[in-house]
Amino acid sequence: MTTDWSIVLDFLPQLLAGAKVTLIIALLGIAGGSVLGVVAGLMRAFGGTLLNGIAFAYVEVIRGTPIVVQVMFLYFALPVLAGLRIDPMGAAILAIVLNAGAYIAEIVRGAVLSINKGLTEAGLAMGLPYWKVLLHIVGPLAFRRLIPPLGNQFIVSLKDTSLFIVIGVGELTRTGQEIMSANFRAVEIWTAVAVLYLLMTGSLTLLLRVMEKRMRIL
Amino acid sequence: MSIIQFKRTFKHFGDLAVLDGVDLTIEEGEVVVLIGPSGSGKSTLLRCINGLERITGGDLIVDGLSVAGGPRQLRQIRQEAGMVFQQFNLFPQLTALDNVAFGPRRVRGASKAEAEVQALDLLAKVGLRDKAHSFPSALSGGQQQRVAIARALAIKPKVMLFDEPTSALDPELKQEVLNVMRGLAEEGMTMVVVTHEMAFAKQVGTRLIFMEHGHIAVDGDPREVIDTPPNERMKDFLRHVE
Ligand SMILES: Nc1ncnc2c1ncn2[C@@H]1O[C@H](COP(=O)(O)OP(=O)(O)OP(=O)(O)O)[C@@H](O)[C@H]1O
Ligand SMILES: [Mg+2]
Repeated sequence: MTTDWSIVLDFLPQLLAGAKVTLIIALLGIAGGSVLGVVAGLMRAFGGTLLNGIAFAYVEVIRGTPIVVQVMFLYFALPVLAGLRIDPMGAAILAIVLNAGAYIAEIVRGAVLSINKGLTEAGLAMGLPYWKVLLHIVGPLAFRRLIPPLGNQFIVSLKDTSLFIVIGVGELTRTGQEIMSANFRAVEIWTAVAVLYLLMTGSLTLLLRVMEKRMRIL
Repeated sequence: MSIIQFKRTFKHFGDLAVLDGVDLTIEEGEVVVLIGPSGSGKSTLLRCINGLERITGGDLIVDGLSVAGGPRQLRQIRQEAGMVFQQFNLFPQLTALDNVAFGPRRVRGASKAEAEVQALDLLAKVGLRDKAHSFPSALSGGQQQRVAIARALAIKPKVMLFDEPTSALDPELKQEVLNVMRGLAEEGMTMVVVTHEMAFAKQVGTRLIFMEHGHIAVDGDPREVIDTPPNERMKDFLRHVE
């Protein structure tokens, strides 16, 4: 079978539809994961024994299990356990939220704790309440340090969506697989799929570079 | 009028009594120089005054308020006692001007314009008006420390606490910081200074305290006690500092 790149054009609308599903899962998942991650990370850094313990357990469970197992659990086991029916798309988004949240929690915790204690003391010594020190001094500094590792996590999460092929979500990898099994055009289709992923991760990288440039990373 | 009063003050870290029942009264306008071997409790004594360390026994009154009080009272005390750190601790994301304007804006609730006018005056006072828009990373250590002094003055404290303000500086940069401190003393600012600069202690200090194991071992006129140390260990200590 000779390669024929023109067939990519025939399947482009289908592939783009798959890429759109990938993007939706990734963007919603990352947005939710960021919120969850910031909360869990702050619990790790500043929570008492209880809050810290809860966040620690969450992070360890997620980091200690594969994301495929996590999404299988959400999709197949949760309905049995809790009687909660969840559609594949919902399970996929929730899996990214929970998974990215755990890694982002560690990123947030690390960034916050990396800020020199002397700066906190300087703020407190002026008579600022602790929350204002966090808001006006530690927060902005930690945020700058957050951007590079956070960008990395966003890219990982975007690529992780391809694993949801196991629960039959019509994202990009699944779409490629379906086209492939009908026409066996492996080279053309998987090349096209790879290029589409590269376009998405590349745009993300570019966006983060711009943000890093605009903010002096300290 | 006394502005700082240690009343049998204790500070423990675990079982270790780092302040071991300190009695000390500091009057307004005094420039108290605090010396002593490493680990004798100088930093701890200073940091108890503004509640960065909480005392564990006795009492400590600053401008009429006990440091053992609640958070609100502690914040009030901290606004009366500015602190300058060995490592400067300037906020790296803010320019010199914004560092100095930070306290008035966030603590005293001053307007941006008002805080900046005052900050420029203070920067001029420490000789750095032309560096107002520089970030700390672009300043020398001596310049950073002078900005840090201006920042502490911006909240209009009644007392200034200095913890080894020149120890992190190259010898040629120490003097510019000491000169600013001398100027403050001449204006009548009450100061408590931990330092190894004996020349400064003699010229600017009105009182010298030698600490040992959480106690005040010597308390006297700087020139007298430095020239004729009343205590063997202080004599030893001074030999090492010179
Ligand atoms: N946060 C802390 N936890 C436990 N021990 C501490 C703490 N801070 C200080 N110490 C101990 O208290 C003692 C006094 O420390 P302090 O920093 O007040 O000494 P210092 O006189 O300032 O010494 P130096 O000249 O080295 O700065 C030391 O033995 C030190 O190890
Ligand atoms: Mg010290």
